[in-house]
Amino acid sequence: MSIKFSEDHEWIESHGDDLVVIGITDFAQEQLGDLVYVELPEVGDECSRGENISVIESVKAASDLVAPVSGTIIEVNSRLEDEPELVTEDSMGDGWFIKVKLSSPEELDDLMDESAYNNFIEE
Amino acid sequence: MSTDKQILTTPLYQMHLDAGAKMVPFAGYEMPVSYPLGIKKEHIHTREKAGLFDVSHMGQIRLVGANSKKALESLVPVDIIDLPLMKLRYALFTNKSGGVMDDLMVTNLGNEDLFLVVNAACKDVDYDHLQSTIGDDCKVEFLEDVALLALQGPKAHEVLSEIAPSTSEMTFMTARQLVINGMDCLITRSGYSGEDGFEISVPAKNAEELAKLLLSNTEVEWVGLGARDSLRLEAGLSLYGHELDNDHSPVESSLSWALSKARRTGGVREGNYLGADIIMSHLDEGAESKVVGLQPEGRMPVRDGALIEDELGNHVGQVTSGGFGPSINRPIAIARLKMKYIETYSKLFALVRDKKIEVEIVDLPFVKQNYYRG
Repeated sequence: MSIKFSEDHEWIESHGDDLVVIGITDFAQEQLGDLVYVELPEVGDECSRGENISVIESVKAASDLVAPVSGTIIEVNSRLEDEPELVTEDSMGDGWFIKVKLSSPEELDDLMDESAYNNFIEE
Repeated sequence: MSTDKQILTTPLYQMHLDAGAKMVPFAGYEMPVSYPLGIKKEHIHTREKAGLFDVSHMGQIRLVGANSKKALESLVPVDIIDLPLMKLRYALFTNKSGGVMDDLMVTNLGNEDLFLVVNAACKDVDYDHLQSTIGDDCKVEFLEDVALLALQGPKAHEVLSEIAPSTSEMTFMTARQLVINGMDCLITRSGYSGEDGFEISVPAKNAEELAKLLLSNTEVEWVGLGARDSLRLEAGLSLYGHELDNDHSPVESSLSWALSKARRTGGVREGNYLGADIIMSHLDEGAESKVVGLQPEGRMPVRDGALIEDELGNHVGQVTSGGFGPSINRPIAIARLKMKYIETYSKLFALVRDKKIEVEIVDLPFVKQNYYRG
């Protein structure tokens, strides 16, 4: 398993067979503040890289989750509908958003590894 | 007056940074939107204990002179002449078309001296308005070098009475001038959270010392502008630029309660303020819109600007403030709706992105106000 990161502060974890799990980073979660609602896409939806696929609402504002890769959404973390605080408490674990079957696996090559991402957020 | 465009800071700026605040630009100032505790916990802390807010960005103005009360009355639909000594009243600066330029708190300090607190974003316009309309009748003094702290919550009175015992005798909407540890304070029992609490005007040079003194009590935490907004929304309190603006009368903003009897049709000093004809006709004959509370169904927040439709697709109005109420753990909103649809609708919907969220008109406030009336 390897983890990559996007400039939109998402983590993308490869699970083999072109399957990835996507969530937001701790940095993103801290920037957003307390989350009160997560609007998830439907299982079976197609997404293409750069498209808004989910909305994350904090007390203060709504933010978009931008697809970091293209593919088909095969699973969503429906626990977030009632427990959006999971993202705050465990952004890299129980607070995951979606599982995607990649249609263009080469897109993963455009993402950052952990040290590149850490440099990115320090800028 | 500070009219240059550079970003301003309050006398407590360094304390906010030291406390780890997330700073954002607001009304020309660099202000704390939240602290490490986070908006939700800051909100709950204020409802349960005591929150300390830096609201020094707000405008503090004094009107001094024998005619100050009469002069201010010519600008607001509120009874100022009979405002008792050391009492506060909520007021509105109206415009010629009956709209609202700003809302404000007026305190009668005695000796024909009035103390006003106005919104940060409006303070320059308010000052110019006062100066150009009543500047010949009284001295309009914009207070520089002052800070304003708000201590809000059910423990606020215990906290403050430890350092200023006589404040425990104060009731809601009264004021006292006190010296606390050598600091000249103007204290009002008022606020913007729906909770009991105080606002304290203090010289800028003493602001840090007073804030530290209050924070030394374990019941007190810093609370930022994020929670200030969610607290006032739950308490059903209007925010200028949202529930009230230059284009709607106080009646259309459901603030008729703020219009004093003495200034209404048939009152002892009726009318004689900007836009009086329009405002009095709205009071007497009704207005086309009003501001109401909305309870959205489900968990998705319905935010400012969301359009409201009825089941036939008629445009019924728009959300003026919307978000999430941490104390009641659900989304809440305030909207301006057209009267003709309020009388006929069966169902209302808020349009959020590509979804229709059913909303129900509910009484304000969402959370009971807890003021200390003695």
